[in-house]
Amino acid sequence: MSLARAIATGDLLELPSRRDEDWRWTDLRGLIRVLPAASPVHAGALDPGPFTGLADEDVVVINGRGPGRIQVAPLGHRVIALRFVAAPDAGAHASSLTIDIGENADVTLLESYEGEGAGYVVEADLAIALARGARLERIVLTRDADDAVSVSRARIALGPAASFAQTVFAGGAKRQRVETDVAHPGAGASVRLDGLYVVGGRRHADITTVVTHAGVDGATSQLTKGVVREQGRGVFQGRIVVAPGADRTDARMRHDALVLSDHAEVDAKPELEIYADDVSCAHGNTVGALDEEALFYARQRGFPDAEARAMLTDAFLGEVLDRIEHDGARDVARAWLAGHNRAPS
Amino acid sequence: MLSIKNLHVSVDAKPILTGLSLDVPAGQVHAVMGPNGAGKSTLSYALAGRPGYDVTSGSATLDGVDLLGLDPSERAAKGVFLSFQYPIEIPGVPALTFLRTALNAQRRARDEAEISAPDFLRLVRVKAAALKMDFDMLKRALNVGFSGGEKKRMEILQMSVLAPKLAILDETDSGLDIDALRIVAEGVNAMRAPDRSMLVITHYQRLLDHIRPDRVHVLAAGRIVASGGPELALELEAAGYDRYASAA
Repeated sequence: MSLARAIATGDLLELPSRRDEDWRWTDLRGLIRVLPAASPVHAGALDPGPFTGLADEDVVVINGRGPGRIQVAPLGHRVIALRFVAAPDAGAHASSLTIDIGENADVTLLESYEGEGAGYVVEADLAIALARGARLERIVLTRDADDAVSVSRARIALGPAASFAQTVFAGGAKRQRVETDVAHPGAGASVRLDGLYVVGGRRHADITTVVTHAGVDGATSQLTKGVVREQGRGVFQGRIVVAPGADRTDARMRHDALVLSDHAEVDAKPELEIYADDVSCAHGNTVGALDEEALFYARQRGFPDAEARAMLTDAFLGEVLDRIEHDGARDVARAWLAGHNRAPS
Repeated sequence: MLSIKNLHVSVDAKPILTGLSLDVPAGQVHAVMGPNGAGKSTLSYALAGRPGYDVTSGSATLDGVDLLGLDPSERAAKGVFLSFQYPIEIPGVPALTFLRTALNAQRRARDEAEISAPDFLRLVRVKAAALKMDFDMLKRALNVGFSGGEKKRMEILQMSVLAPKLAILDETDSGLDIDALRIVAEGVNAMRAPDRSMLVITHYQRLLDHIRPDRVHVLAAGRIVASGGPELALELEAAGYDRYASAA
């Protein structure tokens, strides 16, 4: 059951609904009464994407059509801009792409979701495998239309001693979900799984992650932050599973959200499921308003109210930016944030 | 000059200041002393415009400008500076960035040109050196991980860069050891100027050993109940606030 299957079969009963535990806050079946027409092959020219220029190559999946597989040879070093574009004529489409990263290769994946049209309903599925000792930093940046439904699902399989770092920037859509499922072998592999959602208007952003530690000696560090304003809604579902025998797992999860209006909403479900004995795991979760003391302090020093609020929210979110390793991507993300983290005047 | 007339302030509908009047002429330093709960912090917050401190009657003007109708940032731009008893930590914002943004926001509000980055850095280096502050500390997030003394020094540094017309020092001596107290006091004394009024709010007399006030006022039960010269602070230190508590 998935949006991709519903698009492929035209059967709306394939849509995940609020009765599915993992989708209860991002109900698609209750939302989508009619699927738009299948997206046509898009012929027009394409403007540069947010990461164009930072990458060795742009890989484009437009209206669901693009390459099915990307391979990076062992010891390879690549910076790839992966663009999922819903063109102005997009309706409904789904795509799937496999990325194989060879042993000890080093890849930066700069992934963008670019909605140029309106009312589209799309899913992009990614299957990424990192061989032993490979390293991947994945940055996911969304620019979806207000009335779009956009789902991204990535399954990441790590080899021993692999390193995977991810930062998601979710700006929301009518319904938007960025889902990441990591198969963690332990074995000296490490995962950093960060995310940030900033939603206003009537937008909805859902960051959902699952990390399954299957073996000993694995580390996962997760930091997700969110800001919701107006009637925006943010969803964070984070689950870390430590399988029986996956001893000496070190897993930390944090989720902190700011709710900046009475009509905005955050739904958070951080979960640790631990079936091993010798582990070091912790999670923390806060949802609150801006610190009134800090706000008054800044205003006392001369910051007008709106500037004080913007500074404090920027500072709140900045910690996520600081953890990005790729300098160019961090700058693009910072600019994205500056564009999203302002209340409309 | 700061001029407060018959000020009434309530917090959560509870009257705290009940007819406070006080003038601090330009060029002078006045101390407000009083027992705990007398309304000292309420006075400083009301002058700075903190939400929740409701002025129910009275007036407060600075050089003839009505402060009470202004937003806190507008008051700051008009020259009001409050040194906080407990300075706030702001993770993620370097002290230098905070201070430069604050200074330029004030300048914009006054229709003045913004200060350039090099000019700002030169200014801060000089001021920080005078307060014996390590300049590198200013690159760190504002007040995060600073000791009590460092936070108070940071307040005085901000005051000296923002160069207010009215400086309110709320319990600036709390949490300071004797060396830090001396450095902070020197910083304050260096700020004395003919066009500046300073209001030093303190429970104890010891800060006034270092910052010699022109006038001392006793605040009890929401009003000024006595005023005098610097010797009044010494009397209070010897006799305590009891007689004012009963007088009020």
